[in-house]
This record gives sequence, structure tokens and C-alpha cells, in this order.
Amino acid sequence: MSLNNWQPVIGLEVHVQLATKTKLFSSSPIAFGAEPNTQASEIDLGLPGVLPVLNKEAISHALKFGCAINAEISEKVIFARKNYFYPDLPKGYQISQLDDPIVGKGSVEIKLGDKTKIIGVTRAHLEEDAGKSIHDLFANNSAIDLNRAGTCLLEIVSEPDLSSAEEAVEYLKKIHSIVTFLGISDGNMSQGSLRCDANVSVKKPDDQELGTRTELKNINSFKFVEKAIIFEIDRQIKELEMGGEIIQETRLYDSKKNLTRSMRSKEEANDYRYFPEPDLIPIQISKDQINDIRKNLPELPEMMKERFIKSYALTDENAELVTINKETASFFEDVLSYEVAPKNAVNWITGDLFALLNKNETDISESKVSPKHIAEIIQNIENQNISGPSAKKLIEILWSDGGEVQELIQKEGLEQISNDSEIERILDEVISENQKQYEQLKEGKDRLQGFFVGQVMKKTSGSASPQVVNKLLKEKLSR
Amino acid sequence: MSELINLSLTDQIIGLADKSFSSKEITDAYLDEINNKKILNCFISVFEEESKEKALLADKNIANNKARPLEGIPIAHKDIFCIEDKKTTCGSKMLSNFISPYSSEVFTKLDSVGAITIGKTNMDEFAMGSSNETSFYGNVLNPINEKFSPGGSSGGSAAAVRANLCSFATATDTGGSIRQPASFCGVTGIKPTYGRVSRWGMIAFASSLDQAGVVTKNAQDAALALKYISGFDQKDSTSLNEEVKDFQKEVNLNQEHVIGVPKDLIENMKNNQVRDSFNEAISVLEKDGAKIEEINLPHIEYSLPAYYVIAPAECSANLARYDGIRFGHRSDDVSSLEELYVNSRTEGFGREVKNRIFIGTFCLSAGYYDAFYNKALKIRNLIKGDFDEAFRKVSAIAMPTCSSSSFELGSISDPVEMYEQDIYTIPANLAGLPALSIPSGKVDNMPVGLQLIGNYLEEGKILNLANKFQKLTDFHEFK
Repeated sequence: MSLNNWQPVIGLEVHVQLATKTKLFSSSPIAFGAEPNTQASEIDLGLPGVLPVLNKEAISHALKFGCAINAEISEKVIFARKNYFYPDLPKGYQISQLDDPIVGKGSVEIKLGDKTKIIGVTRAHLEEDAGKSIHDLFANNSAIDLNRAGTCLLEIVSEPDLSSAEEAVEYLKKIHSIVTFLGISDGNMSQGSLRCDANVSVKKPDDQELGTRTELKNINSFKFVEKAIIFEIDRQIKELEMGGEIIQETRLYDSKKNLTRSMRSKEEANDYRYFPEPDLIPIQISKDQINDIRKNLPELPEMMKERFIKSYALTDENAELVTINKETASFFEDVLSYEVAPKNAVNWITGDLFALLNKNETDISESKVSPKHIAEIIQNIENQNISGPSAKKLIEILWSDGGEVQELIQKEGLEQISNDSEIERILDEVISENQKQYEQLKEGKDRLQGFFVGQVMKKTSGSASPQVVNKLLKEKLSR
Repeated sequence: MSELINLSLTDQIIGLADKSFSSKEITDAYLDEINNKKILNCFISVFEEESKEKALLADKNIANNKARPLEGIPIAHKDIFCIEDKKTTCGSKMLSNFISPYSSEVFTKLDSVGAITIGKTNMDEFAMGSSNETSFYGNVLNPINEKFSPGGSSGGSAAAVRANLCSFATATDTGGSIRQPASFCGVTGIKPTYGRVSRWGMIAFASSLDQAGVVTKNAQDAALALKYISGFDQKDSTSLNEEVKDFQKEVNLNQEHVIGVPKDLIENMKNNQVRDSFNEAISVLEKDGAKIEEINLPHIEYSLPAYYVIAPAECSANLARYDGIRFGHRSDDVSSLEELYVNSRTEGFGREVKNRIFIGTFCLSAGYYDAFYNKALKIRNLIKGDFDEAFRKVSAIAMPTCSSSSFELGSISDPVEMYEQDIYTIPANLAGLPALSIPSGKVDNMPVGLQLIGNYLEEGKILNLANKFQKLTDFHEFK
């Protein structure tokens, strides 16, 4: 994509589903994947005569976020009705916030290579989620599932401080890491716990005013955020360079075709007719309450990263990798509790374990390999009990079949052969089978050394110690 | 048995306790009378069999000395209160098929003290109306003269008490819907302080104004009945967490009263007969020792326009849930989502309800919010301030309940003229103050009411004053 001296201006609206026990205004439980409409009470259904009662846990979650980004906190929290008709919006209005959002101006810091950038957060407010409309379940009919209706959302609105798709992704990752470290959301994007809309415009660097923006909807993964914004910036630049103009509108990202298309224009936009929610009284937030939350704020990613660098002598890069989210960080510390070298723990977690997680499209909280497994594997390598390749094999068996590390080493015969005579016997076998190559090696073709080590490893199914094979081979050559 | 239905609530409780008669006898007598007076159209539902069964159970409880405070007393609920497994229509075609899956707090409280729900009373559609003519189930007739309106919206409840179809009916008051019908039917009705009675399960018209209350034969009964529906309810965030005094006890205390009379308002009354009747009522109280003070309520003249912005605005959102999707009327003539909304609502709502939805939607629209809604809220605060000022020197404020006695059914077709019915009752709703109406004379052979407005949470004081008046007069006796 050529920017041709255009400057993108991007702001994100991130909807975070808060991990509260019950919904924002009812005592219905929140669980993903329950049978349709089994987690919807009379309040969530919007029956005649029902009234909302605010969930205090949601307030405290929102305050934690506010404190974590050093934001202004409103002394008074007022809810408002946002009016529009939609079949999965039971009351015909959403209880949201307009004036006096619970969290005011704050900021977060993102990392771009070696540089850092401060991104302003305009506000974050509490609101209830709508239900889900399902259009492909019945012919000629749409179905509605109100399980999600009324769950707590924190809508986090950024300043238009982002100037590339890459920055947008970094910002979103930052928000993701803050809310998961705070424990106020599970951050599960595939289940919709974190959803994102992007406001995108482009302008020339000298322009004082911002260009006309479009709002991109439905970009619910880090990958799609990046792709959708890149596409949209490109589309806007092309349009402007061809002498066209940008229409203020809402555009939907189509991840299959990787493009954005018009959903509705400004003229078609709803007039939401906000007014203060008369069924709820304003909530007062006291200084004590804020101080209390500030005091008990859990360790945030930056703090944790600093601590890891200091306490475990990790490199900046490694510390970054294991603090990518709360689950990974606690997995890492759990591994360390078995007294293994931190560097080895990082390598195994971010290497083989991450690969397995990727392959199985899951995250570390669902890992079938436990911190104890990883720690024992590392210990076995450190004691030269198993070889690296055996360890790789072991972790895959642990993932697919489970079990205990020591038992599996026995059962699968993975114990490292460090017995010199046994290895020497196998090495002699390999040499006799590959006389020609051995002659060449003798004549100085050094790179064949790896070939011989490999062959021995193959014959021992990886259980020979490569160091020992090398040592023996060198001894033979020098004879 | 007719003497049983003529008894007051208090006397019925005494009679049941000393076994002068049984609950079965009262219940049967009422059911007979309801049948005899079907023409009045007071009820939308009557629970004949169930009431009879409950009466037998009540008699058992009384025989076993297990009687609860209202054991075996047949009462009626306005059809705005949801009762589990019962049709709850709110006077609308929209809810003609709605069987509530849950019960209102008002019902639950009365049910738990042993009251028998004999039926549900007719009302203006969604409590919007002052004559009972907007009910989908046809208007109620005034038992005193069947050509006349019983008033509205709680016309069914007031007429049922007046016609001796029950001694106590629940009702609701958003802008005068308890007091105006009480005035028209010559019965006693009280709207307590906003928040005194839970709104849970009471179908919303205008949430910040709606308040449940009672209609009875006299102030003694009103004090007794009010006691059993009042109290904090955590299901209603606007309900007041305040001690409920024993109104029944307070009503009989020897209290001193300073009565404020808004001189300008009385002098400017167009109807001389109503004014004279009011002045006579005040002189009765003055002769009895009450002090009369002139007061000023300078902003009260703006009550009506402020009310007709705030109430419709809230109603436009409150009634959005009637969309034909989950419950209520759904049009058969539908080929798109848009049509499902438009046709269901066009067919399901009556004209007056539509008027108010239009007014409210307009007042909240972009560009009009400040000019209408915000201004109305400011007026509301000024009116509250007027009352606060007045209550520094008086213990109650008196004014007529209505500007006239009842009018003939069908005689008022201009909506604004109908809205003016509420001109003296609306201020108490805007301020959230308790207010009652007691019969205080006759104009054109139909009753007129004296309205007494109390300070916040001082229902007991105005009930005490009303009781005093009823000891000195016999306007409340049905003759």
C-alpha cells in the first residue's frame, strides 16, 4: 500500500464484555454457549413491568480499568436510554451512558519496535449488550437468542491518536492485556468478549482538519482489525486521489473477501433520543472507593514485565513474550515454582507450547500440557535424562494423551542414551553403513559431521545425547 | 348479604376476626354484586372460582387462629399489576393475550397478608387517559350516574369501590390517575410519596412519575391498605429505603395541622361552584382548629406543559418493548421486519397511546431535546423548589382535586381539554409528593374532591387530616 504522503487517522471503540457473575441489570448468569434463551430472566426479556437493578461488580470492574489507565473517574454515574428498534434488543432501548461516563480521559502506552507512543482514551462507559439474531437456522424465519442480552459491556473509546493499522493492533492488544490482567474480562475474542469498531479517515500532513471518517464494524480479531484498516485506508486514498470524496458512513468488514462495504450512511443513521434512565438513580463514586480500588489493583503487564526482567534476568523481548496476557504470565510463574531456569521456561512456553496452542487453535488457559509437565521436561533435559528431540516428542504425547512425564519417558523409551559404549556401538554401525561419507569426512568435509550425528539420532529414535555422539565422533577422527 | 359489601375495609377485618361473618360470605356477596353490576364494566378479569377457594382457605386460617392481617378480604387490582399466570392487559389490545409469568411486588405483598384477588379492574389504555374512555375493553360507567365518566386512568378501581364491588382496590397515579377518579366517584384515593411503593411488576407509563396507591371508602381504610403495599424493595432501584410508619395508628392521633392554600390558584379558578365547595371544606377544617396559611407556588402554572413533555418522553421509550416480537399483539399482515413493527403497533395501540408516543419521540429528537425535555426537567425542579419552600411553614397543602365534577362520557373530544383534567393533580407527581383525594361536596349533583398534598414521606399526616375531615362530614358515605 502506498500512502503517497497521506496520513491515516484512526480511533477505536472497543467493547469489552466484563467477567461479572451476573448481568448488568439482572441476576441472570453469564455463560457462553448455553442453550438459547436459558439465561434470560423476565428482566432480560424486557417483560412489561420489569425494572433494572445495577450490578455493583460491573461498577468496580469499570473503576479498575479507569484506575489502570490513570483516567479521570466520574463522581456520579448516570445511565441513559439509547432508543432504537431491533429484534434482539428486548426493551427497544439499550441502557447505556451518555453524559458522565464512569471513566473519563486517560491514556495507555503502546510499543512500536523500540519506540513507545501514548494513545489517549476519551472515555469508557458501561452499557448492556443486546441478544443475538440468528438468520440461518430456520428457513424464512430469524431466531433470537437473548442469553447475551443484558451482559455487561465496557465501551472504551480512544482518541484519534492512531496513525496506522499496526498501531491500532498494538493498541487493541494493549487494551486486551490490561483487561485480562485486571481480571475484568476473559478477553476471548472468538467468543465476542472483546469486539472492536474502528473510525478511519485520511488527511494530508498539513491539513488542520481531519478528513471525513468511516466507521468499520465487525472486526473481531487482531488480524481482521489490521486487514480491515489497511483496506479502508487504501480505499480512501484511492478514492481521494481519483478526485472523489469520502462519505461519512458505517462500513462492514467482510473477512472472507477482505474488503469493507457500505452498511448505512449518516442520513440513515438512528436518532437515538438519549435521555436519563428514570428507572435508575445516579450512583455516587466516593474518593475512598477509588483509593481502595487503586490500592488493590493487581499487577499490570508493564509492572510484571519489569519485575520479570529484574527478578528472572529475562531479556526485554522474552519478558514481553511471557506477559502477553495474564494466563501466560501465571503459567510461566507456575513453571518457575518448580525451580527451573527462567530462560528455559520462556523457551519452552513460547516455542513448543505456543506452537501446540496455535495448531489446536486454543489458548493457554485451555492447555493440556500443565506447568508441572513443562517444568519436569526442562528438568529432565537439564539432567541429560532426555534429549531435545525426545522432549519435543514427549510434549506432543502429553498434549494428545496426557499422563505423567516420568512414566511416559519410561513407557516410550525416551531415556537418553548417555552410555558411551552403547552410542559408540551404534556410531560404528552407522560408519560401516556409510563408508564413503566417512572417508570424505576424514578428508576434511566437516559439514558431514552433522550427517553422522543425525543418523545416530535416527537409529536411537532421538534418545542419544548429541553431545556424546559429537564427542565420540571427534575422538574417532583424531585417532 | 348486601350489608357485608357496604362495610368498610376496617369493619370487614373486625367482623372476620370476631367471626360475625366469614370470608366465604363476603366473597360470595361481592361476586354476586360484580355479576349484578356488569354493566358498569369495572372489571377486565374476575377470578370467581379461585376467589371462592381462597375464601374457604381463609376461613380455615381464621378458625385456626392463623389469620394474617388481610386474611380473607376480597380486593381488586388495577389491571396494570402483573400477576403470575393471569392475563395482564393494561387496558390495551396490545396485551390482550399477555399472561404474565411473574407477579408484581404490590400483588405479592397483599397476597402474602391474606388478601383475595377477586379480579382486575378496567383502566385507560396504559394508564393514559382521564375518563376511562381509552380502554380497549370499553369505558367504565360512573356508578353514581351511568352517563358520567368515572375518571381515569384508575376508573375501574374507583368505580368498583363506589359500587361496593370491593372495599379496597389498588390503583396507580402518574398525573392524577388515582385522585381524579376518586374525586369523580366520591371515594378516597391516595398516591403516596414517589418510591414508597415498589413499581416492580407495575406496567410502566412514565417511570419517574408512576406510583402505586390505593382506593378505599375512607381515610381509615386508606391508611390501613397503604401500610400493606408500602416499603423498600431491592427490585426497584427508585424505591425508598425508609421506615414505613404505621399509618393506621397515625391516622387516629390528635395532630395539629397548618394547611397551606395556594391563594392565586384558587382565585383564578374558572368554576365558581368548585371553588366555593373547596372554600367550604377548608372552613370546616379551620373551625376544627386547623391553621390556614396562604402560600405561593409560582411555577405551578407550568406543571401541565412540563408533564406533557416528561411523561410522553418516558412513555415513548417504555412502550418500545411492545414490538410484536416476544409477547403481545403481533400483526398477521406482515411481510418484513419493518411491517412487523409498524403493523403490530398500529393495530395494538389505541389513538391516545399513539399520540403520546409521537409527542414523546418528538420531544427527545435531536435538536429538540434541550428545547423541550431539558426545559421540562428544569421546570420540574422549580416546582419541587416551590413545594419545599411552602412546606417550611405548613404541614399540608390543600387544593381541589379537579377543576370540575365528572363530565358526561363522550363529552370531551379535544385531547388538550382532557389533559387539563390533571391540572391540579400533576404538581404532586412532578415533585414526587404524597397526595390524596377525599369527597368534599357535590357540584352539579356529582361529587368533587378535596386534595391534600403532604411533604415527603408524610402520608400519615395527610391521612390524619383527611380522617379528621371525614369525622366532621359525611360526603364519604355512599348514599
